[in-house]
Amino acid sequence: MPKYEPILLKNMLQPGYAGSLADYERAGGYQAVRKVLGQLSPAEVTGIVMKSGLRGRGGAGFPTGVKWGFLPKDYQGPRYLCCNADESEPGTFKDRQLIERDPHQLLEGMLIACYAIGAASSYIYIRGEFVLGAKILEAAIKEARAAGYVGKHIFGSNISIDIWVHRGAGAYICGEETALLESLEGKRGLPRVKPPFPATHGLYNKPTVVNNVETLANLPHIVNRGAEWFASIGSPPKSTGTRVFCVSGHVKQPGNYEVPMGITFRELIYEHAGGMRGDKPLKAFIPGGASAPFLTPEHLDVKLDFESVALAGSMLGSGGVTVMEEGTDMVWAALRLMEFFYHESCGKCSPCREGSSWLVQIMRRIVNKRGRMEDLETLTDLCKNIAGRTVCAFGDAEVSPILSTLKHWRQEYVDLIQAAETANLIRPEPVGTKH
Amino acid sequence: MLKDKHQAEIDDILSRYPVKRSALLPLLYLAQREEGYVTEAAMQEIAGILKLTPPQVYETATFYTMLNLKPVGTFHLQVCKSLMCALVGSDTVIGWIGAKLGIKPGETTPDKLFTLSIVECLAACGTGPMMQVNDDYYERLTDEKLDRILADLRQTGTSSLKTGPFMWPEPANTVNREA
Repeated sequence: MPKYEPILLKNMLQPGYAGSLADYERAGGYQAVRKVLGQLSPAEVTGIVMKSGLRGRGGAGFPTGVKWGFLPKDYQGPRYLCCNADESEPGTFKDRQLIERDPHQLLEGMLIACYAIGAASSYIYIRGEFVLGAKILEAAIKEARAAGYVGKHIFGSNISIDIWVHRGAGAYICGEETALLESLEGKRGLPRVKPPFPATHGLYNKPTVVNNVETLANLPHIVNRGAEWFASIGSPPKSTGTRVFCVSGHVKQPGNYEVPMGITFRELIYEHAGGMRGDKPLKAFIPGGASAPFLTPEHLDVKLDFESVALAGSMLGSGGVTVMEEGTDMVWAALRLMEFFYHESCGKCSPCREGSSWLVQIMRRIVNKRGRMEDLETLTDLCKNIAGRTVCAFGDAEVSPILSTLKHWRQEYVDLIQAAETANLIRPEPVGTKH
Repeated sequence: MLKDKHQAEIDDILSRYPVKRSALLPLLYLAQREEGYVTEAAMQEIAGILKLTPPQVYETATFYTMLNLKPVGTFHLQVCKSLMCALVGSDTVIGWIGAKLGIKPGETTPDKLFTLSIVECLAACGTGPMMQVNDDYYERLTDEKLDRILADLRQTGTSSLKTGPFMWPEPANTVNREA
């Protein structure tokens, strides 16, 4: 038996569970949406979700019920729900599993959310590479439509809700909610300036909610078992429920582990993920996807909840935990992530567009042992001029690998630069040059 | 022309959105499926269908890495090189493929069968090193596995080593480990 009761992964852990409509209903599926349609008003559903303390599982951790509550109450026109299935944060691979193994759990969550916010149309924006995931979702929607669960007058009620799958085409930034909306509108995925927020001006300029796959998948369980039950799991009051953490890197058993929030990184890495590969000491880990600053072995007893990780100087983010063993070159690791951000910068804001290119060039120079000591200052200065100076949070994300490795492993940078100086690979600067 | 061959599919796509332009990515995918890449003629035609200007189509098409604006081989091998895969050997995999096929990243074999690309994170970080070949994922790659995959692709156009509905660790694995 698993140590903790799985909620989102429960069905798929049953032998023979294939995620079909019949499988899902046999496991008690589509009861929550029936209850919602028959007994609860949209405001009551939103109230339950608020009370449960559910926070967004995509990265930012915004309270879901509060997000829904921002939609204008008196607006008569169409409203939209968009499911963010763009899962692109390096280190994260949970939504892929939730979609491919239990698609109806997500669909039921979407129906509940649509009812709560009054949306008659919803789109699942799935990253383009998830071709199999998109096919599985299409098939599941077809099944649900045939059963009368999606489409006109669902479950014989007077509510109509449609769900469509929309494939992205390879752009990390489209996981940012306003870039996602732009992309869904058939444009380049450039984040919008906020405000106005999607709650009032979202898809097609209409009130819109964008929620992550895992967030939506939690909804049927919250409705079935109650807000109090959900709020008692994890580390209440601010981090309630479980998270599906994605463990990657130098561990014996990488993979997705659903645990209550609030367990320690030590427990996740050493108990659930089997400990370090080859039993080498742990050198570093990223706690919440590539955008989260690196942490060190002294942070292993930090709790996996939003506040504790923030207090330790990083973020819980998307739940992607990447573990690195002793011997990993941290400057190289930071460069790898920097190359990712350089490739994925959408190009809208100049600090990010130009800055990411400069950062990659300097980092490559240092890794190739052609760096100079003043590069460290330039790196820090550049990072400070990117973070907080862009339209979206990408700017803050892209500087975190460099700033956090500089903070914890500065000596490795210095060693590489000194190696360059001893090897006399760089010519001395002309007298009087100052950077 | 896309319209001549796929009118029903185009109508179905258009019916999903209240604003026509939203159908742009789906139609570009349709064009790519048809010819292996997105041709200029297809972009012109799509502009006509969606009442957009050709530059509006082109500016969108060039933003997304999955839309090929140039022909690629029958099998497009896309190896992830982001940090999580790099920690478990993606650079070695790139080397192996290069040696087996005699091509460098960005190149296509002379028989037009394989194109090798290096890509960023494909959300398979727990099962790296990995690559995507056309629509399919191949994970936990080893030298032997690669040989089999390339041989399978050559012979049958696909391989049984591709990943099915994803779950990792596999349920059986979890049970064994916990027992």
